[in-house]
Amino acid sequence: MPETKKFLYVNRKAPYGTIYALEALEVVLIGAAFEQDVSLAFLDDGVYQITKGQDTKGIGMKNFSPTYKALGDYDVNKIYVEQESLDARGLTLDDLLPLTWEDEDDDWAEKDSIKVISAAEMAKIMEQSDVVFSF
Amino acid sequence: MKFSVMISEGPYTHQASDTAYNFTKAALEDGHECFRIFFYHDGVNNGTRLASPPQDDRNIINRWSALAKEYALDLVLCVAAAQRRGIADADEAKRNGKNADNIAPGFRISGLGQLIEAGIQSDRLITFGD
Repeated sequence: MPETKKFLYVNRKAPYGTIYALEALEVVLIGAAFEQDVSLAFLDDGVYQITKGQDTKGIGMKNFSPTYKALGDYDVNKIYVEQESLDARGLTLDDLLPLTWEDEDDDWAEKDSIKVISAAEMAKIMEQSDVVFSF
Repeated sequence: MKFSVMISEGPYTHQASDTAYNFTKAALEDGHECFRIFFYHDGVNNGTRLASPPQDDRNIINRWSALAKEYALDLVLCVAAAQRRGIADADEAKRNGKNADNIAPGFRISGLGQLIEAGIQSDRLITFGD
């Protein structure tokens, strides 16, 4: 078995307009099978990827935001959102999808996956990661 | 040091592939080991043999093929990204009912697991994108 590394997926771009968000999510879902220590970060326009109420009818693209809700089932439950990016866009935690996971060590209690953190804290998480993918 | 590279942009429109090439060549010449070069997003367009750039310009695709031959590099195009963008080898063309393939020499098509594996196996994974 290979060693376990800390993987961080940094999502910086809006969900539509470019394909980066969708293809980043595809990497996360495949990567979940490798039993590594996985974290996701959402900053800049990337915070829009996990906003509630996305409606893509007008642009003829698939709304893939429901897929983020499955991340908890893939044991991807460390999701960091940068406070400054939310503030700059007039968003709060209430505007984001309620992403949760079930903790099998705590009688399958449902817990929040999202942590809103400062840019300085985000920098620390990046520094502590072994492999950083930036999308 | 053992390194891998991810390239996220296609040739010519962005400098990503040029810079990745220069980095990879320099690192190999310096004695470092390259585990894998993974092409994702529009980066898969670096692997078409049908590109015909002007004679007086660099040929980004041929340059990768030559470097792969010289150093036995593993050039991998993401299969999902390649299918979207019309990059196929003979097997992929057959599987998807297409009458032609266009993959350049030295490249192969495989899954995203190859990217994750590169992250696990390498000391460093360097991304070249927009």
